[in-house]
Amino acid sequence: MRASSLVVCEHCDAVHERRRLAPRERALCVRCGAELYRAGGVDLYTMLALTLASLIVFVIANVYPIITLELQGVANRSTLWGAIHATWETGVGPVAVLAALTVFFFPLAQILMFGYVLFELLRGRAPRGFVDIMHALRLMRPWSMVEVFMLGTLVSVVKIAGLAQVTPEIGIFAFGVLTILLTTINSFDLRLLWDAHERVAADGAAAGLVA
Amino acid sequence: MKVRTATAMGLLPCEACGLVCRAPPPGAPALCCPRCEAPLHRRKPDSYRRSWAFLLASMLLYIPANALPIMQTSTLVYDENNTILGGVRVLWVGGSWDLAIIVFVASICVPLLKMVALTVLLLSARRHSKWRQVERARLYRLVEFVGQWSMLDVFVVALLVALVNFQSVAEVRAGPGLIAFGAVVVLTMLASMSFDPRLIWDEPERQDSP
Repeated sequence: MRASSLVVCEHCDAVHERRRLAPRERALCVRCGAELYRAGGVDLYTMLALTLASLIVFVIANVYPIITLELQGVANRSTLWGAIHATWETGVGPVAVLAALTVFFFPLAQILMFGYVLFELLRGRAPRGFVDIMHALRLMRPWSMVEVFMLGTLVSVVKIAGLAQVTPEIGIFAFGVLTILLTTINSFDLRLLWDAHERVAADGAAAGLVA
Repeated sequence: MKVRTATAMGLLPCEACGLVCRAPPPGAPALCCPRCEAPLHRRKPDSYRRSWAFLLASMLLYIPANALPIMQTSTLVYDENNTILGGVRVLWVGGSWDLAIIVFVASICVPLLKMVALTVLLLSARRHSKWRQVERARLYRLVEFVGQWSMLDVFVVALLVALVNFQSVAEVRAGPGLIAFGAVVVLTMLASMSFDPRLIWDEPERQDSP
């Protein structure tokens, strides 16, 4: 019995035999119903393309203002960093730090690390620091909250719409697109990267023996 | 249906990368995953104690999070301290009942539901209860899924503080309740991450087990 043909449910410890899935199929645990694994919807090239796209959109979302607010001839506009900075200034530092981590630093780190790992694997090389990067990617996943921030901007728009004139700016649309891209990136099965890394490492070892 | 568990089969799945390893014999030193170097353990270490600690801390902070203002609005005509519930009321009275419901669910229902659900999960798993195990497993996955959405109000206040800043005419400042509220969200997320859902299914340890 090869251990690699087995899957253990993370949620209830039940052991299953791995089967090949049809596209878009998901394997669920027979005991607790949790998802065990899903058919690899996208290959590594698609992942890399989506990661690069999200890097570009991330820059746009952070450079351009999100919303402009006009009251009696005075216009205020704010970017994400404007909001973080204003929150810091208003005396609730920990909240500003939390927002900076969950909407800026973690998503950015995810994008950069995914991009680097995918790029190296696709070139047939083992990425440096692969194991640490993979742990970081797994731990950061629940703390990356661009989609929650997106909903927050919509709630804010409605909240202040009665008070002053609100104009949505490029930033809000960029955050909308970024939400979709990051949701896709966050649904990548990290085990596919482990498998790809094992293949690359095995190839590298074989090449080393030949040389 | 008889289900084989990894524990019964002498297997040890890695929590970090999913690799299925062979469990070391009882009494042998703990192993690390050969693929990702993460320490291997049968269950998340100290699951009950860690989860309870985070949960109790979040329950305690839930009180100031709701009692203290998360936002202070000042205009030419009035000064106002807004609590979370107050903010929901403003939205409701202003006619945006749909957003009032979203904020109410995200800021009040979700944290409460998470705390109640985790309490139920922790107590029932400790008693090795066989009651509705599939539903409890589903409840845990729901708690994991909704975790981050309670951050909604934090982001709303951050944006309002940045935008509504017209010196004396109208200004919004963040209130101390926001720190407590952010802490509640983080702590409940940590509590649910520390809980090991496999405890829902574990049999009480028998004396004659090897």
